[in-house]
Amino acid sequence: MDTFALEMKGITKQFPGVKALDNVTFSVRKGEIHALCGENGAGKSTLMKILSGVYPHGTYDGQILINGQEVRFKSIKESQDAGVAIIYQELALVEEMSVAENLFLSHEYMRAKIINWNKVYSEAQKWLDQIGLDIDPQTKVGDLTVGKQQLIEIAKALTKKTDILILDEPTAALTESDVEILMKLLNDLRAKGVTCIYISHKLGEVMALADSVTILRDGQTISTDPIRELSEDKIVTKMVGRELKELFPYEARPISNENILEVKNYSAIDESGKTIIDNVSFSLKKGEILGIAGLMGAGRSELFISLFGGLKGKKSGTVLIDDKATDIKRPVDAIKAGLAYVSEDRKRYGLVLGMDIAKNTTLTALNKVMKLKVIDQALEVKRATEINNRMKLKAPNLETKVGQLSGGNQQKVVLSKWILNDPKVLILDEPTRGIDVGAKYEIYKIINELVQQGVGIVMISSELPEVLGMSDRVLVMGGGTITGELSRKEATQEKIMTFATGGKKRESVANS
Amino acid sequence: MNQLPTVENSAKVNRGLSFKVDLQAYTLIIALVLIAIIFGFFTGGEFLSSRNISNLFTQMSVIAVLAIGMTLIIVAGHIDLSVGSLVGLTGGVAAILQVWYDWNTLMAVLAAVVIGAVFGLWQGWWVAYRAVPAFIVTLGGMLIFRGILIGLSKGQTVAPMNASFKEIGNSYFPYIPGYILAVISIVLLFVWTAHNRKKRQSMGLLLPTAKMDYGKISAYSFFILLITYMLNRYLGIPLPILIVVVLAGIFIFISNKTAFGRYVYAIGGNQEAAALSGINIKKNTLWVFITMGALAGVSGVLLTSRLNAATVSAGNMYELDAIAACVIGGTSLIGGKGKIVGALIGALIMASIDNGMSMMNIETFWQYIVKGLILIFAVWIDISSKK
Repeated sequence: MDTFALEMKGITKQFPGVKALDNVTFSVRKGEIHALCGENGAGKSTLMKILSGVYPHGTYDGQILINGQEVRFKSIKESQDAGVAIIYQELALVEEMSVAENLFLSHEYMRAKIINWNKVYSEAQKWLDQIGLDIDPQTKVGDLTVGKQQLIEIAKALTKKTDILILDEPTAALTESDVEILMKLLNDLRAKGVTCIYISHKLGEVMALADSVTILRDGQTISTDPIRELSEDKIVTKMVGRELKELFPYEARPISNENILEVKNYSAIDESGKTIIDNVSFSLKKGEILGIAGLMGAGRSELFISLFGGLKGKKSGTVLIDDKATDIKRPVDAIKAGLAYVSEDRKRYGLVLGMDIAKNTTLTALNKVMKLKVIDQALEVKRATEINNRMKLKAPNLETKVGQLSGGNQQKVVLSKWILNDPKVLILDEPTRGIDVGAKYEIYKIINELVQQGVGIVMISSELPEVLGMSDRVLVMGGGTITGELSRKEATQEKIMTFATGGKKRESVANS
Repeated sequence: MNQLPTVENSAKVNRGLSFKVDLQAYTLIIALVLIAIIFGFFTGGEFLSSRNISNLFTQMSVIAVLAIGMTLIIVAGHIDLSVGSLVGLTGGVAAILQVWYDWNTLMAVLAAVVIGAVFGLWQGWWVAYRAVPAFIVTLGGMLIFRGILIGLSKGQTVAPMNASFKEIGNSYFPYIPGYILAVISIVLLFVWTAHNRKKRQSMGLLLPTAKMDYGKISAYSFFILLITYMLNRYLGIPLPILIVVVLAGIFIFISNKTAFGRYVYAIGGNQEAAALSGINIKKNTLWVFITMGALAGVSGVLLTSRLNAATVSAGNMYELDAIAACVIGGTSLIGGKGKIVGALIGALIMASIDNGMSMMNIETFWQYIVKGLILIFAVWIDISSKK
């Protein structure tokens, strides 16, 4: 009865000085969705790189069986030929090419060495119908939302003969509605007999989707269980190897009446003349955590990047910080006024990856480590050490390039960098995206510490449990404006989703 | 991986680190030593004679000044293909002003530097404020500046320069003052190190061991004295070399110790993150190009002075030598990474190959081929050492 699509036995992978995988066993039944869970650094990616041939046979110990046959992949190509397809967090699509071109890239339909475009487009249409996407195959991929691009990527894998589909954090960048479409597609694929390995930090999805769960910790297999024997709490406990009392260390506390940030009738128009932010008014109190929820394209990030001076185009309205009127044209004005913005994409907008930790930390606050316009390196190292220790950063030393740190530690450097500036308002855009459970918890603790000191926190998040778990108050956005406000007591997932998708805004979201 | 090291627990960590960082610089020095030994052997020691070393340093000075500016340009994520033409133009203008219009030397030199800076401003404006890629802007500049030079000089060679102008590129800092200068710089080196150590200690930061710090500067001091001695055995320290050393000192300071320098590295490393960190990308980029232009002016003066003439083809292809010097010295063309010291050593390596092969009477075509191969090889070593 138990036929395995994939068996990995006794896999051991050694890097110089580190044993990344230690005798790992991983078996996936035919036609199931098998979740692979573990903290960052637990060995999930290494295991998948072995399976997909990135680390060729011979560089690891152990055995891989596909459909009962031993395989020895020497390259990625060989694993693909054997029906293993892996879809990474970072999508591998050519944005300037059309959907159809992307779907059949490297295996175009040819007639006498010449691409048969009619066939390419008609076949593409069939695949799009099959995954339930209603778009023209000639659409440029770059014009699609990230969620739809993800589906295209899956379709692309399916156009090749794929038996085992590996999804690495597929929903990290997706909104709730795109996640639903993706989950539906995966359920359909399961019904068609495709085996799927699903790597995710989002345990809610794992519980809803998976048939069984394998947990890795510190390079070892901890357990493989059918989903009915698990709960989110049990998975977390196994992943971290200790019991986390709570996922969200929210501290109830009295909140002051003083506004630290007040925005009145704020609108923003982009360079092409399109209204991105439409008459938004809200306030943030000293020491308050304000959650910002909404679907992708609701204008959440845009609102705050615009307030921060990072968007081109026109804007109108009043912005008061600490009761003082501001005129923010560029990020430097915002920083001077006491704003800090931690971007959702820390590698692109947050860090200079090739620079070391110390220099990244002081980049926005160089004047704090300069004397007579000259950088005092001793002082710089001292300040950077203090602040990063407060963030519980784990790194060999301050001269380590931030590109070499894990996602969680990179995020701590970004936080250090902004907190060094003593901001009055800290805007966190998806502060825990792609970060493991342990580091998430530490970042929540830092947020708590900051609100104790009176910093106002804006937390934009697509993870509703996080919004509900950490916020004092929740604003819901849709179509570039605020569609609802909920106190901590009132807020539930259902109410937020109702506001997020409510009324006419629903259409504009669906169209975008 | 631990918490960041504090004073108590990290002496070991730090020592390991300094060794690793130095190792990269050592590769370049080892390459240089190897080149010296090889040419020394094939020229019967003539390559390492005082006279030749003096010549070698003087020859590299024009490219070295360009390489200093080019390091900043490349670190900022750009490129400047126009510097060779700009060297020709600024040097030509200085010569025309002096020979045809009787300007004194100081004014002619100032004019060259200012004109260089103004053309730098022109190019920087296109790159920073009009977002035209630097490759295109400076490729245009390469043609434009050469064109202006030919037009102004009417295609003639402009010569001869005044005696004082000639001195800039051809005079020597004689025996006694040379040693005094060397000793002063050594004393400064020690005082500065001691001061730094004291300050770090007062802040409770970790220190490299005294042996290491002082050992390192003792080695530097030895080299300063050795080179001074070698140069003094001939005619003294060549003035162009002093100019290079002073400019290098200024720009190393700027790149390490000022906000502008730090911002240049941040912009080259990740422009979007730099912009959101409140850094003014356009203004800083503009200044990088102005600086490059001014340094091209200095280079132009040196070249005209050394040749005692300005020709229409002066500085031809110098941009490629300057870029090669930076790249050999470890500057990444992607931006964000690079050191001025590395570029200077790179310039010295390129000049040594030119000089050594000429002394061995190897035909010019071989020099091109060897230099090209070394460029590719150097970058390959850099890339493969990162894996």
